Amino acid sequence: MSTPIVELKAVGKHFRAADGSARAVLQGVDFTLREGEIVALLGQSGSGKSTMLRIMAGLIQADEGQVLYRGMPLYGTARGIRMVFQSFALFPWLTVQKNVELGLEAQGMPAEERARRAEKVIDLIGLSGFEGALPRELSGGMRQRVGIARALVMEPEVLLMDEAFSALDVLTGERLREEILELWQSGQIPTKAILVVSHNIEEAVMMADRVLIFASDPGRVRAELPISLAQPRKAESAEVRHLIDKVYELMTASSGRRGSGGGLISEREVKLQLGDRLPQADIAHMEGILETLAEEPFNGRADLPKIAEETELTDAELLEVLNALLLLGFAYLTNGDILLTELGGRYVKADNAERQEMFGKQLLEHVPLIAYICHGLEQDKSGDLPEDLFLKLLRFTLSEEEAERALRMAIEWGRYGDLFEYNFNTGVIQRSEEDEEAED
Amino acid sequence: MNKKRQFFPRQVVEAGGNRWDWALLPIVLAVFVLMAYGSQQMARPYELGQTLPMTLDPMYLPYYLLRTTLRMFIAMGASVIFSCVFAALTTKYRVAEKVMVPMLDILQSIPILGFLSITVTAFIALFPGNLLGVECAAIFAIFTSQAWNMAFSAYQGFRSVPAELSEAAQVFQLSGWQRFWRLELPFAMPGLLWNMMMSMSGGWFFVVASEAIMVSNQTIKLPGMGSYIALAIEQSDLGAIGWAIFAMLIAVLLYDQLFFRPLLAWADKFRFEETGGDTAQSSWLLTWLRRTERTQQIVEWFGHQLERSIAVFRLSHDGTSIRARKDQPSLVPQRVWDAVIAAVVFYALWSLVHFIRTEVGWSEVGHVVVLGVYTMLRVVLLLALAAVVWVPVGIWIGMNPRWASRTQAVAQFLAAFPANLVFPVAVIIIVRYHLNPDIWLSPLMILGTQWYLLFNVIAGASTIPTELRHAAKNFGLTGWLKWRRYLLPAIFPSFVTGAITASGGSWNAAIVAEFVSWGPTTLKAHGIGSYIQEMTVAGDFPRIALGIGIMCIFVMGFNHFVWRRLYTMAESRLHF
Repeated sequence: MSTPIVELKAVGKHFRAADGSARAVLQGVDFTLREGEIVALLGQSGSGKSTMLRIMAGLIQADEGQVLYRGMPLYGTARGIRMVFQSFALFPWLTVQKNVELGLEAQGMPAEERARRAEKVIDLIGLSGFEGALPRELSGGMRQRVGIARALVMEPEVLLMDEAFSALDVLTGERLREEILELWQSGQIPTKAILVVSHNIEEAVMMADRVLIFASDPGRVRAELPISLAQPRKAESAEVRHLIDKVYELMTASSGRRGSGGGLISEREVKLQLGDRLPQADIAHMEGILETLAEEPFNGRADLPKIAEETELTDAELLEVLNALLLLGFAYLTNGDILLTELGGRYVKADNAERQEMFGKQLLEHVPLIAYICHGLEQDKSGDLPEDLFLKLLRFTLSEEEAERALRMAIEWGRYGDLFEYNFNTGVIQRSEEDEEAED
Repeated sequence: MNKKRQFFPRQVVEAGGNRWDWALLPIVLAVFVLMAYGSQQMARPYELGQTLPMTLDPMYLPYYLLRTTLRMFIAMGASVIFSCVFAALTTKYRVAEKVMVPMLDILQSIPILGFLSITVTAFIALFPGNLLGVECAAIFAIFTSQAWNMAFSAYQGFRSVPAELSEAAQVFQLSGWQRFWRLELPFAMPGLLWNMMMSMSGGWFFVVASEAIMVSNQTIKLPGMGSYIALAIEQSDLGAIGWAIFAMLIAVLLYDQLFFRPLLAWADKFRFEETGGDTAQSSWLLTWLRRTERTQQIVEWFGHQLERSIAVFRLSHDGTSIRARKDQPSLVPQRVWDAVIAAVVFYALWSLVHFIRTEVGWSEVGHVVVLGVYTMLRVVLLLALAAVVWVPVGIWIGMNPRWASRTQAVAQFLAAFPANLVFPVAVIIIVRYHLNPDIWLSPLMILGTQWYLLFNVIAGASTIPTELRHAAKNFGLTGWLKWRRYLLPAIFPSFVTGAITASGGSWNAAIVAEFVSWGPTTLKAHGIGSYIQEMTVAGDFPRIALGIGIMCIFVMGFNHFVWRRLYTMAESRLHF
């Protein structure tokens, strides 16, 4: 085995919940990044993969465990570890050249030396001619090239990429990814290891020598998948398709919290607690997938990568929608395939009013938070309750942000299911009254 | 070709510059000479009691204008430095933030005229036998009218640096100094500049008051526009007022063209939002400057010095060094600090109660509060009135792109013009027609500040998305429905922005507008502004303090309960 560069030993990270107790974002993560490898981190939102990347970058400190860089403890950002950001993080008032020189300037390097090194990288990354441009004049793809050049000019040992291609359109993202791989394989850059955080399964499989799959609540490494295919890989090849299939399976296996990995998960097994986070699924997406599933050529059963392709959702979105469908009992999973339940079939055939009614019924049955809200509204004489009440409750188990997100989702679903109404201005949740006409 | 050059003396070969340089030369030289002359005049020997020669001869107006402008710019420079230091300290140190931010909030709502009588003695003692002391007092007064909102905007700018940019600065190991110049200051720049413009307008308004300084029962009139106007009012010379208005128009125009336009055009690159809605500012002077060679070199030299300092003040340790380790923040010092703050606040409260009991009495407090209510009524009514007039006008102009940009510039210009110059005219009219000063002095309060309303509404209306306009037309929205459902909500956020500024300005203007004199005649309206002014004339410190304190409470309450709420509402749901 080659030399380790960055080592994480039993690393944990917490945040403080409303009652003052610590909740884990990341728990017991052991990971070693070695020379000569590309590692991809995959996981659903909230699984702490981004937190782990930032711990490795020295941007945030771990609360537990040890972070070692070349055998020395890492307290802050290090010279040998640089990062490429999701939304580029370019300084809009600096020209391309100045942006690329940023890190060199911070080291106090003389201007001529700086310019020489910047020019070399700018040529390498295909930015020559744009040296004097401001970032706002560039397209997204060109901006991310600047972001990459800015990191590479520092000749880092470790390159961290935080969903670096997800803000770009598919074509541009793929092109840029291939170029990075070419540079890496041809040894034109001194980088010894690359860590990629991604939500795109294909991207991870195409790039990485190793894929780490994160599970959420708390964030931890669920599975590790070595990929020994030779580069360059072909996205259409059978091996790659098979691997993508396998990753989907691994990831959805983790979605049912009590599901036994890979086995059949019936809808009854996916049970939520009151204070759990809700899948962030758009209702239109949920219905879209159900309809696609019911139609030709799937007829009620589909391979996950196929349905991803068909619906053109990102993997992150798709997984959230699947979670929601499983939760509400509209679909179930078997061996990486998604199947329509009997209820799901009826749902697709129903008209809008019936759909809303069915949706509401499933919500009451399967989403404890929504059932709790409805119960509260029934008990209350006036029939309206402030949202803060529920936010406070959620903050016992979730971070501020996640609590807000969970409640927003519950409100959106509950409104659709015609269970309650919500007034944005006052932040009050109201009992829904069928015969009352909406104000003007 | 190049070889031949070496036979000529260096001065000839390198005396480059292009035609742009040569054209700029007279302007540059003139500015230097004027600055040197003006500052020499500022530091003349002076003994208390001596009267400084002042004349109403319009020939002297350019000289007075020069002196006033110098004061304005010195104060502006001080304000910029203060803002940067303030923002850097408060964003870096939690301890400083806890004290300095609320303090600034209070200072911001204190009418500046109150400062003048308190500080002038101290400054005169600082430079005995020299005019510089009095100059400093005047500059300080202008500074206090400019600095606070600038400091706030810088603080807010520093605080709202996007997380990813901040992380990038960390990953690329920028030191505090580097971070300041490369990230924080550029990011805060647009807001800071905008507030600088506001401050400059405010400065012009109060320069009139700050140059005629009352100290130990005599008035020192520093040569300048303010004193010229004060003298003209004393001698009831309407012609001189006319000249002053004319000179001020020229001055505001010049500083707009020579100072702010170029600055705004230059600062365009600091705009953060990638798809900027506003059109880029343009300035003939900046274009000119950018075409020069020599002048550019001078500017570049400063740039190089900055870069050198950036290279010097760098981070010396790496992330694996023990020095990069962040200590766990201990709670004990924080608690101690909180306790200290609480103790100081309690002491201040106690001494306040003591002060009121012994010096002024509670009935006086009640009286002043009633006066405050009068002034508040005026501000609210006038704002409403101005809104009724300017909102439709502003919307109409904003929807006609041909008019929008031009009118906006005019409104901006009018906002910068010190409205108190025309106060005497109002006095003459009121006296002539025996009008009730309680009613007819009120419009003066909004005279200068209504323009903020106008140009913000124009800006808001001109950014209504085209699709929305088409939709409104398509669905046949007309009459009241069109206003209620479409136009008013669309401009609401910019209206609130304008109204906040206008209301702040009106409160400040109340001090000057409720108590106006013209020669021997003095008109006064019942209100907290005229109370403060009256007490200032009488030199009654406890009552000045009382008036200022209560006005401060009114303004802060108004900001907190009215504007902040409207602003949050606009932020959360009425924007595109």
